[in-house]
Amino acid sequence: MTDRAWIEAALTGARPQAMGALLRYFRDLDRAEEAFQEACLRALKHWPLKGPPRDPAAWLIFVGRNAALDSVRRDSRNTELPPEDRISDLEDTEADIVERLDNGHYRDDILRLMFVCCHPDLPATQQVALALRIVSGLTVPEIASAFLVGEKAMEQRITRAKRRIAEANVPFAAPDADERAERLGAVAAMLYLVFNEGYSASSGDSVVRASLCDEAIRLMRLLLRLFPAEPEIMGLLALMILQHARSAARTDAEGNAVLLEDQDRGLWNRRLIGEGLELVDKALRHRRSGPYQIQAAIAALHARAARPEDTDWQEIDLLYQMLERLQPSPVITLNRSVAVAKTRGAEAALDMIAPLSERLAGYFYYHGVRGAFLREIGRDEDAREAFDRAIALARTPAEAAHIRMHLDKLAAKNPLS
Amino acid sequence: MLARLATEKGTGMLYALLCYHDEGVVTSWSKAEDDAVLAKRRRVQQEMVDKGRMGPAIRLVPTASATTIRTSGSEQLVLDGPFAETKEQLLGLYIVDCDSLEEVVDFAKRLKEGESTTFEIRPMRIFEKGVLSGKETLAS
Repeated sequence: MTDRAWIEAALTGARPQAMGALLRYFRDLDRAEEAFQEACLRALKHWPLKGPPRDPAAWLIFVGRNAALDSVRRDSRNTELPPEDRISDLEDTEADIVERLDNGHYRDDILRLMFVCCHPDLPATQQVALALRIVSGLTVPEIASAFLVGEKAMEQRITRAKRRIAEANVPFAAPDADERAERLGAVAAMLYLVFNEGYSASSGDSVVRASLCDEAIRLMRLLLRLFPAEPEIMGLLALMILQHARSAARTDAEGNAVLLEDQDRGLWNRRLIGEGLELVDKALRHRRSGPYQIQAAIAALHARAARPEDTDWQEIDLLYQMLERLQPSPVITLNRSVAVAKTRGAEAALDMIAPLSERLAGYFYYHGVRGAFLREIGRDEDAREAFDRAIALARTPAEAAHIRMHLDKLAAKNPLS
Repeated sequence: MLARLATEKGTGMLYALLCYHDEGVVTSWSKAEDDAVLAKRRRVQQEMVDKGRMGPAIRLVPTASATTIRTSGSEQLVLDGPFAETKEQLLGLYIVDCDSLEEVVDFAKRLKEGESTTFEIRPMRIFEKGVLSGKETLAS
């Protein structure tokens, strides 16, 4: 790798820890960001000459903090200080800092940095944008292209979100156990939003979006390194990894969505599946089940099936029942109905989703799934009606194209109608 | 015991090269960067393969998937995560047959060229080849 490439990887890797410590120190996101930027500029200048520091995060925290303090002093006294002197001999100070960091609160620093992005007043897309800016260090143009909005609009969104956070006054004292658990839950949910933003591909540049999935997984791995014995964190990482493993098979050459049962399983990433299955096993050993673990276990059953007909639908049905008990939701029942259709037939599945018709009237997938069940039992006219409704609710051309394919199949079956 | 381990092809000593790096950094490599690192390493490995002196090369799944078993009193504790909370994690290893430490050091230096990975060289005392072909691992 070139100097530039390894330095950039080191800066990205160190960013959450360094930004987290600088945020604790300055209690202000903008000042922490400026300090970090300044430290990065100096790293790009010094590291190629002096070699990488032993602990890049500690170096960045130390240099960033001093640079920011200098600028504060400079502003107040209007006299130039020689900032280079302060970092001329870092080797001695580094050891001291490393010790303090290791004993200190770097775990809570990173958690806090992620947690400030999850303010409940912020809509999901803003939480995601903010996390990508602050935790991942993506540039505003990069984030804007992921969301398919103008740079100016994104800049404004992020500025507004930051103001909200400043007003929210997140406490800077080390959190107690309850608070920490609460923060961890909020941060996990936020990282899942980042992942889904990349996974659902409802709009925006597809390459940029795929990299959002990678980024969410990278940050989840970091979170799990900090909290290695949290089964739900393992579960969510496993879920992301297992879903991401299928990404190459999820769209065809024309960019149309390919359903799970039609996917070329040879395109699934076996390396990621191996890691995901390992994590599910590890999480389940704790016998403290939760929604992410159950969803990961469902994804694992799909990943284990070499062919669609090998899928253990019975077990998937049971897992969805567990999920329904934990998080009653019509969407989960709808998902379970797919498993029920496989084990007990489409008729039983239709009976199961009939009570959902009102609550899911405006839900694209409800009509799509219902149409498929109806077609399966030969009620073609009703199926066509359901597909027509689905197509009216489609949010993307890919969704519409998928339903159109079902309608075409129906038309081919009944050429006279 | 100073006995040297005899090997089929070589006459030297067997060494394990343990690769340590900050996992946060390695997981920040782009796919292209990671591919470039692997390609460079494979070129260097190939020289050893050609000489019949290259043993297994192993890359480990990130430490989030690690489990540690530790004895506490009379109990066997099964814990999540790697054994030590350190800045650098064991991410993979190579096994080679070399005539001298100097030769291993040279090999390691060329393997890690351009990387900030730390390599620890450990002479091996016991090496049982086992029966795996290397295809068994799902994570390969």
